[in-house]
Amino acid sequence: MWRSATVRTSLGFVVLAIACVFVADFEISAHAPWAELGRLFLGLVQPDFEAVDYLGEAIVRTLAFAFVGVGLGAAAGLLLALVFRHLVVRTSCAFVRAIHELFWALIFLQFFGLHPLTGVLAIAIPYAGIFAKVYAEILDESDPSPSKVIPHGTGLVSALAYTRFSQAWPHLVTYTAYRLECGLRSSAVLGFVGMPTLGFYLESSFAQGQYATVGALLLLFYALIATLRLWARPRLLPFYLLAAPFLLGDGLPIRWQNVSRFFTEDIVPEPLRQGEGLAGLVPWLGDLLANEALPGIWNTLVLTQIALVATGLLTLALYPLVSHHFTGRHFTGRVRGALGHGVLVVMRSTPEYLLAFILLQLWGPSMLPAVVALAIHNGGIIGHLIGRRSNEVSLRPDAPRGIERYAFELTPRLYGPFLAFLFYRWEIIMRETAILGILGIATLGFYVDSAIQEIRFDRAMVLIVITALLNIGVDILARRLRNRLRLRHTAQSEP
Amino acid sequence: MTSLALTDVVANYGGARVLGPLNLTLAHGERVALVGRSGAGKSTLLSIMQQHWQASGAALMPQELGLVPSLSVFHNVYMGGLARRPSWYNLASLVRPFRRDIDAITPLLERLGIADKCWAAAGELSGGQSQRVAAARAIYQQGDLLLADEPVSALDGPLAELVMAALTEAYPTAVLAMHDVELALRFTDRVVGIADGAIALDEPSRRLSVQDLLVLY
Repeated sequence: MWRSATVRTSLGFVVLAIACVFVADFEISAHAPWAELGRLFLGLVQPDFEAVDYLGEAIVRTLAFAFVGVGLGAAAGLLLALVFRHLVVRTSCAFVRAIHELFWALIFLQFFGLHPLTGVLAIAIPYAGIFAKVYAEILDESDPSPSKVIPHGTGLVSALAYTRFSQAWPHLVTYTAYRLECGLRSSAVLGFVGMPTLGFYLESSFAQGQYATVGALLLLFYALIATLRLWARPRLLPFYLLAAPFLLGDGLPIRWQNVSRFFTEDIVPEPLRQGEGLAGLVPWLGDLLANEALPGIWNTLVLTQIALVATGLLTLALYPLVSHHFTGRHFTGRVRGALGHGVLVVMRSTPEYLLAFILLQLWGPSMLPAVVALAIHNGGIIGHLIGRRSNEVSLRPDAPRGIERYAFELTPRLYGPFLAFLFYRWEIIMRETAILGILGIATLGFYVDSAIQEIRFDRAMVLIVITALLNIGVDILARRLRNRLRLRHTAQSEP
Repeated sequence: MTSLALTDVVANYGGARVLGPLNLTLAHGERVALVGRSGAGKSTLLSIMQQHWQASGAALMPQELGLVPSLSVFHNVYMGGLARRPSWYNLASLVRPFRRDIDAITPLLERLGIADKCWAAAGELSGGQSQRVAAARAIYQQGDLLLADEPVSALDGPLAELVMAALTEAYPTAVLAMHDVELALRFTDRVVGIADGAIALDEPSRRLSVQDLLVLY
């Protein structure tokens, strides 16, 4: 067992994570952390749905931003997917999707202000990069033989629509629906930087200590995502997409002089702006790297590695909850399975950022809330996928039960897909880790946010680009590892 | 339409010569059966013909049929006519087919015995049904020339004859690769036998009997 490359790679990750734990900051600094948690649970059990206007507005705005952002992103992604083989397109898509929605929002906030366009573009741009990549992969997987029998002289649009798109349609729809769910989470989180979505209402309810309203907001959000399949019907989608742009709210008007100032002054590095030229640029960059970028990168990497391994351990502990090999197939088993599903749905529907925000309120600022939030959200996603995969395994009738079944029959068979999913999430976990800095944990996002607070956008832009490059680097590393360990990976298996 | 001629065509596969050099001229209104053992080069010759004659209005019915499994039978047949319509019309048909196209395609499906499957997805059909859909598409294409690779291999007896009759009626000029020698003689004017990548026999069908062709196998 110790000779298998998969096991050795996994152990390497665990050892690295343990080493990281020693240099990480895990202190609980709040005065009464458990009392706060208790009040929050009380709020969830006794939610206050009285403020109907308030809750309704939070939900409608969250939906509207998600629909417009994902809709625009999907349309742009579809067009980009057709030209995705060009290196320029591939590289720019990798770059825009390496920058988190919240970073995009922070950038657009500087020149569009609190206009709805900020929130819409913050979702649409990174989503377009993701859609382009996955749509291109799905289209490539379609059977090329129908294209051969297309009559000579058929227009390009007709030929594509009848061959490639028709074949790929079901997969495109499934993936887009999944992304809509992600878009709802992104939209909710945009509230934390000032968009009028769920996060905004959640933050202000927290600030006022109204835990019953917090509970009501969270429960509504879970209900929205759990019932997505019931209300997001294909026939209703055109209606939603048409209505959504009118429900974004008014925000504040755009001041166009801000837009031009942003590009011509704000983001130009300070020494260049003051005419010091290259001589001034080198010390400026050196200072930025030594005092902000490097500490930020270090903390981001430390936190990412711990969160990755915590996610993996939680996944391995949780997948039996939704595997019929453990819950059983009879009536009581199905009830147990449904309960397990419920737990995982709640875990994966909670955006990491929102969870980290809540835990941070309860435990005070340290890396602990971030690790727990990342592990819960990502463990919920991968646990669900691995559990589903385990249900495709058929065991011999006299297979062992209980812990032996877990250790000898199922986990070894599922370990390959498990690692594939985990490596895929690696980049996502790192992107989220960086962004959690906005909450006060000293990852890259913290330095980006501080630079913006100090109105030093030139520094913020350099840090955002560094974050994007770090994400691209981890993505490449994960792909190499997947190839080396021969883990199968297709577009549809992406969680 | 200019005359259909292949001169000194060759095909290589993995560095080895698998076909040719060979010459073949096809007269208008001439239906040619390509016969020969499997692996002799019939499919290769057909694909060369397709490359040369595609622009002269060749309709193709390959062995793998080229159906889109997620589209309905109607749409798969309609695809034969894509070049005759503007793009906006084709896109609109994808969402909601026009009455006149349904009226044009239904009799064709009725003749081939698959009218009841008109709105079923092509991926849900049996092998024989799929082959008839591909035949219907080739017929609906209304090209000047048909290139078909084993067009009735999944059909038996009367159905095979029905489809052959429909295909040959729609296409006076055709090249059909076939392994059913008896059907080949009945529905074509000329038989070209392929062996080891070269033309081993080229005779009018009426002068041949089934026994004459067995030497090729």
